[in-house]
Amino acid sequence: MKRAASLALFCLALLAAAPARAVAPDEKLADPALEARAEALEHRLRCVVCQSESLAESDAFLAKDLRKLLRERIQAGDTDKEAVEYLVRRYGQYVLLLPRFEPATYVLWLLPGAAVLIGAAAAVFYIRRGRNAPAPAPLDDADEARLKQILDEHA
Amino acid sequence: MKRLATFIPLLVFVAIGVIFAFGLSRDPSRIPSTLINRPLPEFSLPPIADAGVPGFASEDVIGDVSLVNVFGSWCVSCRIEHPFLLKLSRAGEVKIYGVDWKDKPGDGAAWLEELGNPYAAVGDDADGRVAIDLGTTGAPETYIIDRQGRVRYKQIGPITPEVWNKTLKPIVEHLKKSS
Repeated sequence: MKRAASLALFCLALLAAAPARAVAPDEKLADPALEARAEALEHRLRCVVCQSESLAESDAFLAKDLRKLLRERIQAGDTDKEAVEYLVRRYGQYVLLLPRFEPATYVLWLLPGAAVLIGAAAAVFYIRRGRNAPAPAPLDDADEARLKQILDEHA
Repeated sequence: MKRLATFIPLLVFVAIGVIFAFGLSRDPSRIPSTLINRPLPEFSLPPIADAGVPGFASEDVIGDVSLVNVFGSWCVSCRIEHPFLLKLSRAGEVKIYGVDWKDKPGDGAAWLEELGNPYAAVGDDADGRVAIDLGTTGAPETYIIDRQGRVRYKQIGPITPEVWNKTLKPIVEHLKKSS
């Protein structure tokens, strides 16, 4: 009982832990609304040095500079879209952790769905064909006798 | 027809395998530049204090086929690359501009003093904004600029004699001839 309680407490503590962030307190904007927008954006942007981290998580100095830049753009009145576009112009779509849906990325976005559809269609086709296949012709007497003989041998 | 259908999964597997093989052999740290065939972003960089080398602005690069090399005294591969840049510059192969990226005051000047100066001009990019405008992801990076001031190629990583001879030199020579 005591063990279960401490386990539950431990799980609660895990929930309370803040996600990893590299934003230093002195980087934050004074206006909480603007700061919230900047923080939301930097989770959607890739650190171009470390690649598998978002801007929000990275400790690379370039990520720090880009976070600062992002906040400057937002403070200067950029919309979220404009601020992101500012980075995309410099680093390409690579900075977006979620690639955009446009001609160059159609294959990327549509292929998994297409694969599922094709697979499902193939499955339906084969199952139906199996069901509709004519039942095998009944065995004639000679075959029946032979079958019985084989079964007896191995009984 | 039915026999052909048996091979479809195999064909699909081979096609996917080929695509994955290409994907795996690419270095993901080489992010393609968005600047290719576009003019250099506009900037004007001050000289490094006490280095005795002028700073430069983006329009200064127009006129000659040249290299813009992003470096920093904190960057290890830049130290490897530096002697070869000196050699290129002394042989008069190509004009080289330097962007001193995020160096502390004094470090850039000490670097040029210690290792020699291959650059026609070096801009002090202390806050790193010009490097970001160039889409730099790490040092060293080198951009080949044509006579019209457009970026034609981006080299990620140090310029070794091999990289120069195989990749950069042919582009530079082609640009010198064609424009």
